[in-house]
Amino acid sequence: MALLSRKDSKLILDPLADNNPITIQVLGICSALAITAELKASIVMALSVLFVLGLGNVVISLMRNMIPSKIRIIVQLVVVATLVIIVDQVLKAFAYELSKTLAVFVGLIITNCIIMGRFEAFALGNGVWRSFLDGIGNAAGYGVILIIVGFFRELLGSGTLLGFPVLGNPIEKTGLYAMGYENNGFMLLSPMALIVVGILIWFQRSRNPALIEEN
Amino acid sequence: MNKESNIYTVLFACLMVVVVGSVLAYLASALSAKIKENERFEKQQNILYAMGVNQNEDEGSVNFVPTEVVEREFSTYITEQLVIEGDKITKDDQAYMIDIKKELDKMKEGATPKLPVFVGQKDGETFYIVPMYGKGLWDAIWGFMALDKDMVVQGVYFDHKAETPGLGANIKQRYFMDDFTGETILNGSNYAGIKVVKGNNDPVNEIKDDNEVDALAGATITGNGVSAMISKTVNLYKDYFESLRNQG
Repeated sequence: MALLSRKDSKLILDPLADNNPITIQVLGICSALAITAELKASIVMALSVLFVLGLGNVVISLMRNMIPSKIRIIVQLVVVATLVIIVDQVLKAFAYELSKTLAVFVGLIITNCIIMGRFEAFALGNGVWRSFLDGIGNAAGYGVILIIVGFFRELLGSGTLLGFPVLGNPIEKTGLYAMGYENNGFMLLSPMALIVVGILIWFQRSRNPALIEEN
Repeated sequence: MNKESNIYTVLFACLMVVVVGSVLAYLASALSAKIKENERFEKQQNILYAMGVNQNEDEGSVNFVPTEVVEREFSTYITEQLVIEGDKITKDDQAYMIDIKKELDKMKEGATPKLPVFVGQKDGETFYIVPMYGKGLWDAIWGFMALDKDMVVQGVYFDHKAETPGLGANIKQRYFMDDFTGETILNGSNYAGIKVVKGNNDPVNEIKDDNEVDALAGATITGNGVSAMISKTVNLYKDYFESLRNQG
């Protein structure tokens, strides 16, 4: 990437693979289980976190020399909550339909451990530009996993993708269903999200032995 | 000033609260008119949707009347807005803005609730649209139900605050809502409601007088919430519909 120095591009690329917030750091699992039953919800969540984490990291980084360390966690929480509320209110006024889709996620974004984790671990000690890249990178790493999990859960659980039936109609038995295929309703339940994430972790570690911890 | 001193910490906290508080307060008051308008349009769209005034195609997604024309459509199709308060029935053009949740809370405390009914006319038929309100798995669920005077369902609209996407959230999908059309609320002359049940041997919903519709997989509690909501809130209008029938 000519646009970014090597060190900077690492900030974006690392969380996408070898330092992924979900599969390696095991952060943000709660929301990854809760909302990945549909691909659309996964995408909306990924974009919201991208926005909040990118902007939040910038704000925290700007304030990093002013924040008293005793109350830094509260300050971080206030910053996330404020950003989320601002986004929510603006959407409610100008994109009402979208805001209704997002309503479920507002609480989940505020409590997402990745956001607090990046504020604490990165933005408090780094400059604005690098913090922004770090935020974007981590949110993208989170989003990629969410979208992969959402893809498999919606496809296998409901036989649809983004709401469009791709495998035929299960009630009228067309497409794959004509051959006796059945949706796996179990995929729609949260435990299966954990299993899909587990399979991703397994896959990733088997490709890259450096990720396996020594006991 | 020392960044770690107590005085600095307290000052920082106070300043932060004031700044954040005023930003949010300013935003809330600046946008509240626009947000209220959106909510008003949404209510009108939902009421019209229940009585079949919408832009649905044969199959697929829920399509409301566009917000630009909803106000005009609402005044065209909804001919009367009534408020039932005990035995008294009054006309009120703002009845659709009544917060049904507040009225139900009032009822719990023993007061007489104000219950709105919207009378709609479409293609020579008369619809009576009633609001519903109840609890799903995580938070509130609500909706509107259009009935004829024999309490046969002509259409419903459900919505929810925070049901699980892919599971309970599907109560606002057409394949669930459309099942209610044609179902009867009454069983003979008794009030029976409509139950959302699993495995009722009627998944394509051909039997319309069984007071049952097929449940959503993986959304048992949301489905039970819908049953409870119908039996609780639509029941409040039982006497009103009986008086309609007695009038002939």
